[in-house]
Amino acid sequence: MNFNLTKEQELVRKLAREFTVNEVAPIAAEIDEQGRFPMETIEKASKIGLMGMPFPEEYGGQNSDYISYIMAIEELSKGCGSTGVIVQTHCALCAWPIFTYGTEEQKQKYLPNLLSGKHIGAFGLTEPNAGSDAAGLQTKAVDMGDHWLLNGSKIFISNAAVADTFVIMAMTDKSKGTRGITAFIVEKGMEGFSVPKKESKMGICGSVTSELLFENVKLPKENMLGQLGKGFKIAMSSLDVGRLGIAAQALGIAQGAFDETVEYLKSRKQFGRQLYKFQGLSFEMADMKTRIDAARLLLYRAADLRQKGLPSTTEAAQAKLFCSETAMHVTTKAVQFHGGYGYIKDYPVERMMRDAKITEIYEGTSEVMKMVISGSVFK
Amino acid sequence: MAVVINESKCKGCGLCVPACPFEAITMQGKLAVIDEKCTACNQCISKCPFEAIYVTESEQVEKDLSAYKNIWVFAEQRNGVLMNVAKELIGEGARLASDMGDNTKVYALLIGDQLGTLADECCAYGADGVYKIEDPLLKQYTTDAYTKVATQVMEQFKPEIVLYGATHIGRDLAPRVAARMDTGLTADCTRLDVKIATYKNYTETHTTLDTSSLDVEDKESKLLQTRPAFGGNLMATIVCPNTRPQMATVRPGVMAKRTKDDSKKGELIDVKADIAASDIRTQVLNVVKSAKEMASLTDAEIICSGGRGLGDETGFDLMNKLADKIGGSVGASRAAVDAGWIDHSHQVGQTGTTVRPKIYFACGISGAIQHLAGMQSSDIIVAINKDEEAPIFEVADYCIVGDLFKVVPQIIEEWDNIEQFI
Amino acid sequence: MAMKIIVCVKQVPDTNEIKIDPVRNTLVREGVPSILNHDDSNALEEALKIKDSNPDTHITVLTMGPPQAKELLVECLAKGADEAVLLSDRALGGSDTWATSNALSAGVRKLGDFDIIFAGRQAIDGDTAQVGPQMAEKLDIPQVTYVTDFDIADDKKSVTVKRALEDGYEEIKLQMPCLLTAIKDLNAPRYMSVNGIFKSVNKEITVWNAADLGVTESQVGLDASPTKVFKSFTPAVKGKGIVVVGDTDNELARQLLSDMKHKQII
Repeated sequence: MNFNLTKEQELVRKLAREFTVNEVAPIAAEIDEQGRFPMETIEKASKIGLMGMPFPEEYGGQNSDYISYIMAIEELSKGCGSTGVIVQTHCALCAWPIFTYGTEEQKQKYLPNLLSGKHIGAFGLTEPNAGSDAAGLQTKAVDMGDHWLLNGSKIFISNAAVADTFVIMAMTDKSKGTRGITAFIVEKGMEGFSVPKKESKMGICGSVTSELLFENVKLPKENMLGQLGKGFKIAMSSLDVGRLGIAAQALGIAQGAFDETVEYLKSRKQFGRQLYKFQGLSFEMADMKTRIDAARLLLYRAADLRQKGLPSTTEAAQAKLFCSETAMHVTTKAVQFHGGYGYIKDYPVERMMRDAKITEIYEGTSEVMKMVISGSVFK
Repeated sequence: MAVVINESKCKGCGLCVPACPFEAITMQGKLAVIDEKCTACNQCISKCPFEAIYVTESEQVEKDLSAYKNIWVFAEQRNGVLMNVAKELIGEGARLASDMGDNTKVYALLIGDQLGTLADECCAYGADGVYKIEDPLLKQYTTDAYTKVATQVMEQFKPEIVLYGATHIGRDLAPRVAARMDTGLTADCTRLDVKIATYKNYTETHTTLDTSSLDVEDKESKLLQTRPAFGGNLMATIVCPNTRPQMATVRPGVMAKRTKDDSKKGELIDVKADIAASDIRTQVLNVVKSAKEMASLTDAEIICSGGRGLGDETGFDLMNKLADKIGGSVGASRAAVDAGWIDHSHQVGQTGTTVRPKIYFACGISGAIQHLAGMQSSDIIVAINKDEEAPIFEVADYCIVGDLFKVVPQIIEEWDNIEQFI
Repeated sequence: MAMKIIVCVKQVPDTNEIKIDPVRNTLVREGVPSILNHDDSNALEEALKIKDSNPDTHITVLTMGPPQAKELLVECLAKGADEAVLLSDRALGGSDTWATSNALSAGVRKLGDFDIIFAGRQAIDGDTAQVGPQMAEKLDIPQVTYVTDFDIADDKKSVTVKRALEDGYEEIKLQMPCLLTAIKDLNAPRYMSVNGIFKSVNKEITVWNAADLGVTESQVGLDASPTKVFKSFTPAVKGKGIVVVGDTDNELARQLLSDMKHKQII
């Protein structure tokens, strides 16, 4: 059992950390306040390969292993939770399903642009009436002979407002239940496809979340992704990968909040001494450090299993569950330990706390994670 | 010469390991081991409680260096104007010459073309004489031309010590000359001594050096060149024992220049320049003077920052004046920015920029924790505030309880008189 | 003709992060990361920019240091350099700038012909700014220091640079081969790329010792160095703030300035 990082992983972490400190963190508060997608950061991130890490070079990827990839997400999220999820959504939920299930033509058509960051990717599964119960989705794709006709809507879609390429799940045969769902690739600008309404959220405001509206969108036959009726499987397996990224995002948020609090406790003096000298506080920090490290090990183990091609669904769910709960716990404490200053937007911890909450909800709620984990225990 | 561990005395306490700025010491078992990263800075020696670390002297053949005499100062001139640092170094050179005794003189080395009365000016500032090298090819500084003529005249007349101002030109020329003459050069010195006694005096009162091993009876007057390293976190005193001339570039603005005395005259030695156009491999196409732009907050070495105590936006007129005078940039506290007195780009603090300048002037700033977060790593903090309870005074190095509108103008006025202080 | 560029780099502690232990009067090195010297990253970036426009340019990164300096070289490769060479040997340890420039120059000679050597103006640990010019002298090539702008002539035989002065700059033209020292204003250094990292980690780094370089113990190392450290010490620790006293505002100003001048703050 080797707990050491490889040289590559150490350097990737160093790169991601430097990039975050210099490019991401300085505008984190601004994009949160303005609800603005940080296009300039994503362009810079693309230049150094952060938008296409765990994919082979032949499609424009960076040949990275999964642990390096999630470490990069973790570092980005330390500085800005929004930026972390932007990158991870793009990689895990759009580029990955195309890479894994796409035909060679589809891969050649979409991946080079996605992996170079020239195009941004998004993923559409969730609907007003289909959240955790994804099988209840109502967006329909009808086979018209020489094309598919797509009608319906999606909500809470990350990156939608700026994305070029969308992996969309639609019902092709309601009678078959989950086996009647098929995945499609939809492109920005297709007639009938619009992205209205930007959501106003509690947190991760820099990750712009929108609705998708399909009104008689004509999809070319070659835009079906994977096989007919395999859409649910494609969605679930993509979310499996995405879970690693979200866990990394949560972990990064937790670590970022923890680091901020350490500095604050060292510099803030009350009752004649620095706050960290009060055991009530330092003991809780010890507890938090332990939780964060435990979360990290769970996550790296899950990423390692995926890297080795071994089953990792349960482990990924465990990592996502624990990392997101840790993020919520640590950020709440972080605000608390900053006292009044923690509540004010001058300090980043209130934003981190607002950002942390969604990690317990999206890409599989904590409840769904428990379903997965208990399912593996009591099979 | 090497720094060595006496294995029989080493008890394996490991105190030497963190003492080394170059991470050259590791513990192998219960023994300290010094590796190739060692630069013989000697930091570890005094840290060993068991006196287990010592320096071995190398068996160097003592060269006969007696032919080298006198102190020379590269009297840097640009466009026929003598640089201030040259005047400072002549003054310092004269001081060192007098400490050395033995009829040591200080000479200015003047290189250029049509230098007019500059030689007299050098003597007026204290030079006993001037070696003057004039030629049209030397009008504009070029590395090749100046290195050639400087090296030739030094090889001919053998100065014992040569000082250069650590200007862009000095730091371009001196290393090239030193390499050509295969002698030692120390960069950016902030202090020079030729007597152990004066050195001991200085280090005892101003530094953390353990002076017990300094022997004031040591009559040898080699140049002790003290200068900052590690970004100023470490001071090193360097010597050049076996080669001559001993060379140093000296930081401008540190040494004291003498009062100009036009009645003082000196020896003038004209040296013919042995230089041809083919010697010069660079061509200066153009020289452009640019107005000094205000450095960005993160780059600024000096920041003049104003807060609520400025009263209104006109208060920043005063900050601008101060900044102009002392070559600083203008900063502000959040209160001043929120009040609309100055643009957010000047804000220092938690929601502004974090700065670590050499000097931070906090004028009318109370010192709220959000502001401190942005500037408390400054090297030196000068706080001026009417309220003696203001929290800023807890982090300030200089605390002035007073009216900034009265004190700051005085600082501006007295700034030009700094030379006279001390 | 493909250009050959050599970039001299140094691994240094991040001296911004170094603190002084007030009790022991020593530097606290622990936990201070080693980084690529800032000016050297500008030097490397300029070489990489040339390679961006002229892909057949060959960039060799050269450093003198202990074995751990290899980490630095891998980072330079990950940014886009083609080759990396480490000069490492106990015999090189303790070299002052004269000795260092002997070693590096020997390394350059061993590498063969080159068009440009880029170096950083000064390293943030030694703070001397001497190695670049001294190398140029040993290699007998022209130098320009404090370079803030750089351009190659179309015939690829000469370069035009801007050299910073305290109050402006000079525009200078010179033929290659030459040595240029870079400062911050020259460019904005790029990051490594992920792809670059995965390609470079296992690349072979050439290591030469003193024998490979053909340098003798009278040219390199502690004993050969003409300058030696006599003593070193930490500056006096900042005590509590001084309350500046004076009866008039003028006196306050004078007291402040004279104390600051005395302490060489200004």
